[in-house]
Amino acid sequence: MSEIDEGLRAELQRQGVWVTSMQELYNWGRKNSIWPLQFGLACCAIEMIATAASRYDIARFGGEVFRPSPRQADLMIVAGTVTKKMAPQIVRLYNQMPDPKYVISMGACAISGGPFKQGYNVLKGIDRYIPVDVYIPGCPPRPEALLHAFMELQRKIDSQKLTGATKAEHLTAAQPSEFPVPAFGEHDLEPPANPNVFQPPKVEREG
Amino acid sequence: MESPEQIKARAEAALPGVKIDIVPNGSPSRQLSLLIDNEHALAVARFLRDDLALRLDFCSNVTGIDWLDRTVKKTVKVKKTIDGEEKEVDQTTEEKISGYLEAVYHLYSMTQKHGPVVIRMRTTDRAEGVRLPSLTPIWRSAEFQEREIFDLYGVRFDGHLDLRRILMWDEFVDHPMRKDYREADDYEYEPTPHDDVLERAKQHYAPRPQLDGAEKITATDLHG
Repeated sequence: MSEIDEGLRAELQRQGVWVTSMQELYNWGRKNSIWPLQFGLACCAIEMIATAASRYDIARFGGEVFRPSPRQADLMIVAGTVTKKMAPQIVRLYNQMPDPKYVISMGACAISGGPFKQGYNVLKGIDRYIPVDVYIPGCPPRPEALLHAFMELQRKIDSQKLTGATKAEHLTAAQPSEFPVPAFGEHDLEPPANPNVFQPPKVEREG
Repeated sequence: MESPEQIKARAEAALPGVKIDIVPNGSPSRQLSLLIDNEHALAVARFLRDDLALRLDFCSNVTGIDWLDRTVKKTVKVKKTIDGEEKEVDQTTEEKISGYLEAVYHLYSMTQKHGPVVIRMRTTDRAEGVRLPSLTPIWRSAEFQEREIFDLYGVRFDGHLDLRRILMWDEFVDHPMRKDYREADDYEYEPTPHDDVLERAKQHYAPRPQLDGAEKITATDLHG
């Protein structure tokens, strides 16, 4: 699949011929119909609801079809504090979503545990168990921030290749689309993080 | 509404064998509470709810307190004869109090529009004797909150019909609100550790005081 020369395409368009590629058409359709999974965990969900309502209107980006079933959803917006009791259910929902699937980690809690980070009951970020595409900081992030994340995700989808060595990860058979669900342990979740998904930053001490 | 002393006097007169202590409160609010003995707790609770003058029909809040072993210092002025002169001297006595768990109930009356009356119950210790009578048969609203105290403090409520963990998962064995609770060591890294987190960070990294605060932090690239 070769890239079309922009000048040639513009010239052809002037003559009434619209040239595209399978990849562009496919990604154009995908990025403008991202259906989010309908669930919220905490106060960030209120901002997510505001984003979906008329003032901010996520329908302008094709994301208004919040699905009540993971089997029909493309995008998981983790909106709020992920407690350790809730984390296995989040991973299970993610596993039930069909590929290609994307995750937005919305707000300080979903990123790192936020203000509750050292709490005994709060997960230190959903990226310990599932891969995250876009992180939005904020407590909670404003609807504009969620729209920005949505546009970033659209940009990512638009740039994904369908073939070749650099094709999208979900098109590689070896790439896992399901991740192990953590178990409830006696003191903590087991394991506390999935090492294949998450590695804490290393603090290197020199000298 | 009656004062806690009046409630205590009437309850003890109405119910034979009942002993109620008044827990002092040194704070500006001076809100006294009634410490009821576990054996007669249900009878006292029923009295508080059904007594026509009190009618404490609404239990708004139940919470727990963990008291560790502690020593209380009391200073008393004592007259002593020193060198033939009589002087007032401060004498400090130390009293050791062994730890216990406490359940605190805040009661209001919807019909009489008064409250709160605070009642407390204490366990005998923090290990074996962590049992208290459940007041759920008297106030239904105590059900979930007693479950929460069981979950977070480990108090077992006798007579509670459904005493399960409510916030933590069933497999969890600790009681996180106890003062001697130590959470699972899930330290990963902190870019700017301080206070307690710094202490924990030091357990995981060898301290190098000459480089303190000059660590080079790099994120591990998973895909690269």
